[in-house]
Amino acid sequence: MSLLKDAIISALGEDVRFRENYQYPASVVFCTVPKEKFAEAAKAMKKSYALLAAEWATEETPWFGIFACYRWGSEYLIVKTVTTMDDPAFPTLTKKYLPAYRFERQMNSLMGVIPEGHPDLRPWIKFEDWPQDAYPLRKSFDASKPMPRVEGEYRWARAEGEGVYEIPVGPVHAGIIEPGHFRFQAVGEQIINLEERLGYVHKGIEKQFESMRWEDGFRLAGRVSGDTTVAHSLAYCMALESMSGFVPPERACWLRALFLERERIANHLGDIGAICNDAAFAFMFYQLMRLKEGILRTNSELFGHRFIMDRIIPGGVAVDIDVKGKEKILSELKCFEKEFEKLVTIYDENPSLEDRVRDTGVLLPEKARELCAVGIVARASGMNLDCRIFNPFPPYDQYDRIELDVPVLVTGDVHARTWVRIHEVRESIRIIRWLLDNLPDGNINGTIEPPSSEKAGFAAVEGWRGEIIYWLQSGPAGEINRCMVRDPSSVNWLGLEQSIPGNIVPDFPLCNKSFNQSYSGHDL
Amino acid sequence: MIRILRQIFSTGIVTEDVLGQEEAHIKVVGDRLEEVVKRRFSGSLAIRHVDAGSCNGCELEIHALNNSIYNCERYGIHFTASPRFADMLLVTGPVSRNMEVALRRTYDATPTPKLVVAVGDCGCNGGIFGETYASLGGIDKVIPVDAYISGCPPTPAALFNGILKAIEGK
Repeated sequence: MSLLKDAIISALGEDVRFRENYQYPASVVFCTVPKEKFAEAAKAMKKSYALLAAEWATEETPWFGIFACYRWGSEYLIVKTVTTMDDPAFPTLTKKYLPAYRFERQMNSLMGVIPEGHPDLRPWIKFEDWPQDAYPLRKSFDASKPMPRVEGEYRWARAEGEGVYEIPVGPVHAGIIEPGHFRFQAVGEQIINLEERLGYVHKGIEKQFESMRWEDGFRLAGRVSGDTTVAHSLAYCMALESMSGFVPPERACWLRALFLERERIANHLGDIGAICNDAAFAFMFYQLMRLKEGILRTNSELFGHRFIMDRIIPGGVAVDIDVKGKEKILSELKCFEKEFEKLVTIYDENPSLEDRVRDTGVLLPEKARELCAVGIVARASGMNLDCRIFNPFPPYDQYDRIELDVPVLVTGDVHARTWVRIHEVRESIRIIRWLLDNLPDGNINGTIEPPSSEKAGFAAVEGWRGEIIYWLQSGPAGEINRCMVRDPSSVNWLGLEQSIPGNIVPDFPLCNKSFNQSYSGHDL
Repeated sequence: MIRILRQIFSTGIVTEDVLGQEEAHIKVVGDRLEEVVKRRFSGSLAIRHVDAGSCNGCELEIHALNNSIYNCERYGIHFTASPRFADMLLVTGPVSRNMEVALRRTYDATPTPKLVVAVGDCGCNGGIFGETYASLGGIDKVIPVDAYISGCPPTPAALFNGILKAIEGK
């Protein structure tokens, strides 16, 4: 039984057609609707409280396929419609779902499809100096040649009035950080509007997938966002495996989960430290970075890479763990946990820190829901979301045995986002212990057949930032026709923009750090 | 407060001799680094980091140079917020088309004499991203480079080594 399926049938009746043997895994419902009913389908989904997970376009000559993926609880439903290449327009979903605003701007920029009724079709990712007719995701576009530069202009949102001034920041920021551009309109110290401009690190990743072989794609996926390398390559591999009908060996799944949790701990430690550092509490920063370094070194010693890059491969994993390795991790965790708890107490009892982080950068629960936020940002704003529970792969499907606990807070401020991270580190420590105790024997990888033609694969994985979605499609000759990557940053950047007005300019770094979204994962 | 003090004292000094554990023959890199920085840069080498399109893996390792274990400041190396104060640009990533102009401007804003170090496989030759419509390849396709540090991402030890190579070479 699927609630979303029932909802779309009752709203659209005969107009919706379900397609079998196309979308894998079979738990993901796939249906097609006529173009004019595309927005109506969104309305039906909205009524059943589903969230918009992603929206993207494909080229299936002579058509453009327009896809929207909805999520409710553990269910995913993908709605597809087609437009012709002569008339690439389709009804916009922006009025129903806010995140569609960015998705559609991006589809418009990179694929050249037109969301009719969209309020703001300024290019996104595509800069003003790109040729107007450059649509990299179209098949006719030659990706191997550099593009000429043309004259163009980007229109910024403006606020005018007495005492309003503008602060441009970036793309090269003050710290060691990725590039992006922010425009603040401020009155005195108070920010009244923030506009983000991203796309500086656009490397054409989605296009590049199309020129790769299935078995090599995991390397590129692992470099979509360097700090989330495990989760990204895992999502790619899972989508590919679902298309080929391959079930990875049990031991491989357990090890994948182990890597995922270690990645989560390392990144959360860095973030908590950096948040404290931005509130001028350097003590915490250095202590936590010290702990993080320990985790990375163990990774390097046991798995051969500090970030466990390229260790998750289609069909399983590339490295195993022996008894000694297990003991090493367990003894490390014992030490680490003790130290971490001491530091948490210090964080918790420090009033000057609390003064900075409380009620700063508030993303209210209703706003977070409207924006369909995911991951730590969503959980700090009252949304109970976690793919490890709602869309689990083994071993997380045994969550009653793991007793996976998802921290949910409602204040939506910097403090809440820090606490979500602290809870998650504690949870990860517990999960790693459980994983090592229950690690099954057997192979760690198997041979995977390339998928057959005209199929689609889907995977959602909870990375440390939140839900990562990969959608793969094979073309008529069995090649990669499209690989859609949706990093959590694609939606959560909107959350940052929304949480800033009303704060003071010096608090922006603090807010930004507490969101800590990936630029590379967003720009692709 | 007492907790903070107790934690500080129990942690002690964790700064390590650089690279000792990773490559025995360059145990002396730190001292050499310090010596060269003292001689050529009056004891203070200011680095401006520029991300020209990386996946942020290299950034994590550059961050690690600042932690208390690698503690680059003891050799007189520090990161500066503005290219105007920088002796060296540490550039990561393949240069994305959208960052090309910003990278050139940052380079122009850095006073001469200046050093440019390309970090990571992508910075050296474009790495997995290669040369496409959106990626221009290695850093030397856009600005002149003095030293290369390979690795995906290079370890903090490799970064120290590369920085040393760059300042010794000039």
